[in-house]
Amino acid sequence: MPPGLDQTLIVIPAFNEARCVGDVIREVYAALPGVTVLVVDDGSSDDTSGVSRREGARVATLPFNLGVGGAMRLGFLYALEHDFPVVVQIDADGQHDPAGVPALLAELDEADLVLGARFAGAGDYKIRGPRRWAMKALAVTLSRTAHTTLTDTTSGFRASGPRAVTLFARHYPAEYLGDTVESLVIASRGGLKIRQVPVAMRTRVAGVSSHRPFKAAFYLGRAAIALAVAFIHPSSAYRMSV
Amino acid sequence: MNLRSYIFGIAAALLVLAVVISLLRRRRLRERHAVWWLFAGTLALIAGVFPETLTHAASFLGIEVPVNLVFFTSIAVLFLVSLQHSSELTALETKTRILAEKVALMELRSENASDTTGDRTD
Repeated sequence: MPPGLDQTLIVIPAFNEARCVGDVIREVYAALPGVTVLVVDDGSSDDTSGVSRREGARVATLPFNLGVGGAMRLGFLYALEHDFPVVVQIDADGQHDPAGVPALLAELDEADLVLGARFAGAGDYKIRGPRRWAMKALAVTLSRTAHTTLTDTTSGFRASGPRAVTLFARHYPAEYLGDTVESLVIASRGGLKIRQVPVAMRTRVAGVSSHRPFKAAFYLGRAAIALAVAFIHPSSAYRMSV
Repeated sequence: MNLRSYIFGIAAALLVLAVVISLLRRRRLRERHAVWWLFAGTLALIAGVFPETLTHAASFLGIEVPVNLVFFTSIAVLFLVSLQHSSELTALETKTRILAEKVALMELRSENASDTTGDRTD
């Protein structure tokens, strides 16, 4: 049986997303009744915290920007402390459709970590150029490590089961790209089962993506470094006594 | 250059790389700090294994004594790393100050809260 919505913590890392985060929270509550929403305000200079609180979410405000990885660490720690066995990450910019969450949760029966993948059939999300090659290379390498086919490894739309929450609360990487790429290596080396589920993604509601086109080549290099670093860490560091 | 100094140059470069990678492995060094040292170590290894690259690079830049290029590059890398550390230190000091302010405000708030609850029980 998939975990109930009342046991699920939706974590929304938000950095200067006051314009969108309200809509996202409203949408989450409408699509997923009974769920708990934690917005981690990652040192925003706008009213992200205020808007989120008014929409009825629990809000943790970081005193300065830690990046998505740092914000998610706090989310996992909160889940552990308040006994939420399941954490689902949803981006604050509205590109993840909360209607896809039940599909992720259903797959948690089989796996410890479920990714919502953009290129697996549903939706019409497209990217081009070096960024595409980088994502392709990441997908191939990480699929081999995780012993399953992963097509969208940089997806932030993911559900973590109890074992993943315990592991991530301690080991979630805060480095750039670490939250997506390195976390998958940590999960598979920690013995977690990873699956992906096709989900439809929308284009961003407002604001610009943190990955601008001119940064594409730079992104490729950093992705390679992030991956290399993830692999040279001794795997004993991630072993769990669960 | 004799064989002994050739081997010594390569060994020194490999030692640098080994130490940096080992620190990286054990998470004692974050990757963004390691990049400069890896860069320097790789340059040293290339110059150590193929000394003629150093000679070519020096003559291309118009440097008469190739070893001066080694000194220049070493000092430049050390200068940049130390500049990066100064900038990181500034960022850390800012963050520490923000944390201290937050803690002071929270302490004040919790003192006020316990004062009011104390009044109520009287």
